[in-house]
Amino acid sequence: MRRFAAAALALLVVALAAACGSVKKTTSTSGAASFSCAKSDLNLVSSGKLTVGTDNPAYPPWFGGTPHSPWKVSDPRSGKGFESAVAYAVAKKLGFTNDEVTWTHVPFNTSYAPGSKSFDFDINEISYTPARAKQVAFSDSYYDVNQAVVVNKGTSIAKVTTVAGLKPYELGAQLGTTSYDYIQKTIKPSKKPSVFPSNAGAVQALKNKQIDGLVVDLPTAFYVTAVQVPNSLILGQFPTQPGGEHFGLVFAKGNSLVRCVNQALAKLRSDGTLKQLQQQWLAKATGAPILK
Amino acid sequence: MASEGDRRADPEVERRSRLLGGLRLEGEGARGVAIALLSTAVFIAVVIVAVTQSAGWPEVRRTFFDWHDISSSFPDIARAFVLNVKIFLVCEVFILILALIVAVVRSLPGPVFFPLRALATIYVDLARGVPTILVIALLGFGAPALQLTGVPRSRVFWAGVGLILVYGGYVAEVYRAGIDSVHPSQEAAARSLGLTRFQALRSVILPQAIRRVIPPLLNDFIGLQKDTALVGTLGVVEAFNQSQIDTNATFTYGSYLAAAFLFVALTIPLARFTDWLIARDRRKRQAAGGFA
Repeated sequence: MRRFAAAALALLVVALAAACGSVKKTTSTSGAASFSCAKSDLNLVSSGKLTVGTDNPAYPPWFGGTPHSPWKVSDPRSGKGFESAVAYAVAKKLGFTNDEVTWTHVPFNTSYAPGSKSFDFDINEISYTPARAKQVAFSDSYYDVNQAVVVNKGTSIAKVTTVAGLKPYELGAQLGTTSYDYIQKTIKPSKKPSVFPSNAGAVQALKNKQIDGLVVDLPTAFYVTAVQVPNSLILGQFPTQPGGEHFGLVFAKGNSLVRCVNQALAKLRSDGTLKQLQQQWLAKATGAPILK
Repeated sequence: MASEGDRRADPEVERRSRLLGGLRLEGEGARGVAIALLSTAVFIAVVIVAVTQSAGWPEVRRTFFDWHDISSSFPDIARAFVLNVKIFLVCEVFILILALIVAVVRSLPGPVFFPLRALATIYVDLARGVPTILVIALLGFGAPALQLTGVPRSRVFWAGVGLILVYGGYVAEVYRAGIDSVHPSQEAAARSLGLTRFQALRSVILPQAIRRVIPPLLNDFIGLQKDTALVGTLGVVEAFNQSQIDTNATFTYGSYLAAAFLFVALTIPLARFTDWLIARDRRKRQAAGGFA
């Protein structure tokens, strides 16, 4: 019996050692030597197609169009809404037709999960931060963003005009946004702020007056006040932070595609396309008062 | 007191005694211990080698096991964890009371009590059938949406109510098993001494029933501790939500490990305490009855 156990143990060790030995080490694809952005040279998850990720539901004004299954609230495939339009504009510059762009549902927290990605890039109002850039690759900015606070009309917070005035209130933000960071580091409220895993939860809490104010990016704030929470208003946007804040497309770390997309974005910026798309889809999202 | 009911072997106790005894029976003393230690060491070594040789290990190490990441997120998570502890301590008290009432109602004999029994049965079915996360979301966002005066808006309150309702169902069944395990002759004897039905229940049946179900009760208590993390879905910043905030800020997962550590640090002592209670109970019964 004992001899059998020892033999089994030895066998196990050998087998596992063999298994370990056969594990292939993936070589990092640096690709710095020859750098081409020809469509056939791009590093894609599915060849000949540009696979773009975003979360579902995809909310206006970032995405528009009539929702068709599986997409809710809007449809990224419509080309309507700012981020959808930017994605198609980038695709065009890279040489893809609209039909060669496919969309895939990527919840925010899977966009940065380690391991292979299901998308070429993810476009989901993701703010660049240096810490995040250590784990994934960000493109250059496609939108410079300001945060804003939404409140219910007629509540006491609705009379506040300064950032410091927000201190005594219970504020909320969406999980994964830099809004929470802003609340903690800049507003420093006396009541513990809330963080909601979904936009729906955050909006419901504001409706229920379970929080006094919701901090979101300015274009989202316009959507919240216009559609999601009746009787709410944008109290104001926060002064631009030093260095500013911007959204970037998210790529797998080390993906050579970033350089080609950055080239595309640079062209879209210089030929005025980005500005024009911004005016088309986010024009309303500019006129909020700035909190002092 | 070697009652009739005590003679029914507790399967949990039996399983454990076999598990613990197995180590000593097979190994024949020191030699057995040596083999056990060696095989454990080899096993751990093989697992470590297999994991660290895997292709994704460098990425996993960077995203999950960065010590700076874990330690820097720990203080915030520990502060948030205080809320988890408060929630489960308060909820547990109400759960024990609610569940006992439900269990007693379900055990009421006679056709007169049918409506009450039916109600208790429906409650238990619903409490155990609906996922906890749904109950919490429905109550936390739904109940305050009614905007009734006097109905609290606090999300922690409603999450607590949700946990009490869900765990009340489980614990009621544990109690009921305990009550059913007391032999009917116990009640008959008590009634023949002139005790009312209620007195018999209070001083004869329940004391025996509850003592018998303490291990499974503590089991549910441990489950409750972990499920306090679900409160985070309402936007309340408890330990899990705080760890998600950190994860989303840095796109790394060290904060998850920090949160896991805190939960484990709390549940392991309770698990050992449960083991100790079981062992003590078994010793007592063996000493009293001399059977097993």
